[in-house]
Amino acid sequence: MHTILDILDILHTYGLQLLIGEFPHGPLGGLALTLILAVTGLVCAFPLAVLFGIARTSTVRWVAWPAGAIVHTLRGLPVLMLIFWAYFIVPLLTGKSISGTTTVICALVAYETAFLGEVIKAGIQAIPQGQVEASRSLGMSYFTTLREVVLPQALFNMIPSILNQLISLIKNTSLAYIISVNELTYAAYQVNAQLLTKPFQVYFLLAMTYFVLCYLLSSLVGLAERRIKLKRQFRSL
Amino acid sequence: MLNLDFGAVLHGQYLHWLIGGAFTTLWLFAAAWVCAFMLAVLLVGLRTLALPPLEWLIAGYVNYHRNVPGLVQIFVWYFGIPELLPAWITDFINNHNGEFIFALIALSLNSAAYMSEDLRSGMRSVAATQMEAARALGLSYLQSMRDVLLPQAIRISVPPLVNQSLSLFKSTSLAMAIGVAEMTYSSRQIENETYRTFETFALASAFYLLMSWSIMAIGGWYNGRHLKVKGR
Repeated sequence: MHTILDILDILHTYGLQLLIGEFPHGPLGGLALTLILAVTGLVCAFPLAVLFGIARTSTVRWVAWPAGAIVHTLRGLPVLMLIFWAYFIVPLLTGKSISGTTTVICALVAYETAFLGEVIKAGIQAIPQGQVEASRSLGMSYFTTLREVVLPQALFNMIPSILNQLISLIKNTSLAYIISVNELTYAAYQVNAQLLTKPFQVYFLLAMTYFVLCYLLSSLVGLAERRIKLKRQFRSL
Repeated sequence: MLNLDFGAVLHGQYLHWLIGGAFTTLWLFAAAWVCAFMLAVLLVGLRTLALPPLEWLIAGYVNYHRNVPGLVQIFVWYFGIPELLPAWITDFINNHNGEFIFALIALSLNSAAYMSEDLRSGMRSVAATQMEAARALGLSYLQSMRDVLLPQAIRISVPPLVNQSLSLFKSTSLAMAIGVAEMTYSSRQIENETYRTFETFALASAFYLLMSWSIMAIGGWYNGRHLKVKGR
């Protein structure tokens, strides 16, 4: 009971800080920044992932091989390692120093490209080979077949998996804490540093915030899965 | 171009930190894997009892660990839980490398949630009629489990379990956030002192890739051997 009252008290005093950081008097932070990081990461990773998915299913070896090597490297490293690499490499390539927020977005895009690329690869491979053969024999080129026949179906079928990747991205944005980007986890850490006496309440509240957000999204995944299954069943009748 | 000098990192104290980091990572991974797997088997076993309150509790446990970031789970254990425990337990843990223990608890509980789901979907993919058939042939419940259901269920669960092991291995790097001197923590510390950013991170990454690729190779080998041959 005390715990619940404490949490309500924390929400009353620090709720706005956890929600949007110091905005509008300072930089945006908190939950809003978490969502921006995740959505930006997904939007930037998506086109790259489509390219990787196509490259991985290509029969041309000098396309499929390097793409596979990149994907396996990115999948083999912890996200934290990628954040450290981004901190080092991106300024080296662009010649400018970058903010923590940009660093995290770069690292998340790299990581997510590898995972989403594999999702899209699986989606492309799940399209019956007969469809590709049919459209090729109708005179469509490889790229027209991809654009008109394979990708529209593959991407549609993969909507639930893409949503799952968004959940995984939201969870991974918490790693921005390590380089002091003021997203939700870091904001909670700062609230805890100001309060000092209520660590359990602060971190429980933090965990519940992520929980509600990701749980709602995963229910959406279930809904999308059912809708897509239904649509596929009708089509095959 | 970069002026590389791996020698600056691979000697004396820094080499010592790297090796220590590698051992801590491997030890944390192995210990968490064993704890997680045992807990996962227990959870699946409890779930087959189909007692409503217990089942909800386990479902809640799984959902919590799937929908909260691993880093936050570690923070809850490291910063939050000690406040609720009696002082003597907290003191005991803190006197025995508390950071490592709390990281181990958090990672094990997290991984157990995922592993129990992998095992459960393996169990579900074996048709329930097989149990009935085995029982009708005169096998006992335990015999049917051991000789008929489990061999098939485990075969189906191995690929997702291998994936989960890979993700557990990578998650050990989260322990750096509470000061466990594993590989990521050590490499950051070496980088802070030597400014040999590229060399340090290259060595740490090589270590992670070597391990990750070995885990992926085990999964690939198993798939090639046990799934494709018998599947089609």
